[in-house]
Amino acid sequence: MGVDQEQRQIRCLVAKVGLDGHDRGAHVISRAFRDAGFEVIYSGLHRAPEEIVQATVQEDVDVLGISILSGAHDTLVPEIIEGLEEYGAFEDTLVLVGGIIPDEDETELLELGVARVFGPGASMDEMIEYVRENAPERE
Amino acid sequence: MSELIQALLDGEHRALARVITKIENREPGYRDLVKQLHEHTGNADVIGLTGSPGSGKSTLVDKLAATYRDQGLTVGVIAIDPSSPFTGGAVLGDRIRMASNIGDMDVFFRSMSARGTLGGLSTATTDAVKALDAFGKDKILIETVGAGQNEIDIVKTAETVLVLVPPGSGDDVQMLKAGILEIGDIFVVNKADLEGSDRTVQELREMLDYRDGRVPGTVGHHGATEMDVSVEGEIDRAGWEPEIVETVAERGEGVDELLDTLADHRAYLDESGEREVQSRQRYAEEIRTLIREDVNELLTEELESRGGLDQFVQRVLDRETDPYSVSDEIVEPLAECLRDSDGD
Repeated sequence: MGVDQEQRQIRCLVAKVGLDGHDRGAHVISRAFRDAGFEVIYSGLHRAPEEIVQATVQEDVDVLGISILSGAHDTLVPEIIEGLEEYGAFEDTLVLVGGIIPDEDETELLELGVARVFGPGASMDEMIEYVRENAPERE
Repeated sequence: MSELIQALLDGEHRALARVITKIENREPGYRDLVKQLHEHTGNADVIGLTGSPGSGKSTLVDKLAATYRDQGLTVGVIAIDPSSPFTGGAVLGDRIRMASNIGDMDVFFRSMSARGTLGGLSTATTDAVKALDAFGKDKILIETVGAGQNEIDIVKTAETVLVLVPPGSGDDVQMLKAGILEIGDIFVVNKADLEGSDRTVQELREMLDYRDGRVPGTVGHHGATEMDVSVEGEIDRAGWEPEIVETVAERGEGVDELLDTLADHRAYLDESGEREVQSRQRYAEEIRTLIREDVNELLTEELESRGGLDQFVQRVLDRETDPYSVSDEIVEPLAECLRDSDGD
C-alpha cells in the first residue's frame, strides 16, 4: 500500500507525586513539551504513586517525567517503578526525574532504571532534545 | 489472532493501552487489529458527553465512573482535547479531575488529542471504543469539547448524548444552537448551585420546545392539520423527549437522577427499536467514512506518482487544463477498473 498515513507522536506524562505543592516547574515543562509538538498529559498535584502508574499504563506514554521537590524521591520513585513493572510498562517507558536530587540519590535512581535526572538549571532545549532522541521505539 | 488482541481479550491493561496507541497512530497493521476486535464488541453502553470548556464534563465523568464502579460495573473513558494546529502538541488535562477513581484500574481513562488535519478523529474514536468494548468495559464514556463539526461527529458515535450546560448569562445556551442542541438526548445543567441556573434551565426548556415544535414544520408534508397525524408519526421515529437534569457534579448531587435518566433513555432505545436503527446508521456511516478515507488515500498516492499536485495546479493556473479535468484524469483509471470488474 505504500504511504499509510502514520502519525508517530511522542506522548509524555508530567507527574507530581506526594506532598509537594510546587508545580511551577511541571507547568513550564508541560508547556515547553507541548510547544515542541508532544502530547502532554499533566497529572495534577499531590498524586499517589499508584495513580501515576495507572496513568502511565493507560495513557501508554513514551515518557514519564516525575517532578519531585519534596525530597521523598527515594521512596516514591521506587514505588512507581515497581508498579510499572507489575503492568509490564517499565521497559518501554522512558522515566525521567526532575527536581532537587542529591548526587548520591541520583546514582541510586539511575540504578533503579531512571533514564536521567534533570536538576535545577537544566535547559528546556536540552530536555526536549533528550526526549526526542531517547523516546523508546515500540514494536 | 494476534498476540496483542489475545492479551487484550485476556484483560491485560497494557495490551488495551497499546492497541489504542496503534489505532491513534494508524500504525501499519492497525486495521487488522480493529478487524479482529469487531466480533467481540456490542456489549457496552456508549455515552457521549459534550459541553463548553468549564461546564464540568471531566468532573461529571469522574462521578459517573465512580458511581458505576460502586454498582460493580467497569468503565472506559475517552477524553478528547484539542491540539495545536501549528505544532501538533497538546496538553491533555481532563485526567486531573479523575479524583474519585485513584489507582482503580477498572476505570480505564485515555486522553486523546484531536491530531492533525486528517479528519480521522471520529474513526480513531470509534475504533478506540471498539477496543474498550472488546476488553469488556460495561460503560464507555466519550468526553469532548462541544465545538466544531468534528467533535459533533464524535459524540454522535455514542448511543446516548449528554450535553452539559453551565448556568450563566444565557450565552451558553445560545452557543448550543450550533448543531449541538439537535444531538442532545439529555441536557445536564451542571453547577446547578450557581446563581442563574434556574434561568438556564428555563431557557433550555424553551429552546428544546422550539426544537420539538419545529419537527412537524420541517417534516412539513401534512400542512396545517399536522398536529394529530404527523406528530404521532414523528414520535415513533424520534420519540425521546430530551430531558433536562440538574447536577452539582463536584458534590455528586443529581448524579443519581442523571443515572435514572440514562437508564430511561436506554430502555427507550430498546423498547422503540431505536437502538438497532441507530446502530445500523452508525455502521453505515462508518463504512462510508472508511471508503472515503481509503479511496482518498489511494488517489493521493496516484496523484504523487503522477508528479504531485503542484504541477496540476500550475497547469490549471496556466489555463492548460481545469480542476474538473484534472479530477477526471486522476479518477478515470479507477472508475474504469470498477466498471470492468462489474462486467465480469
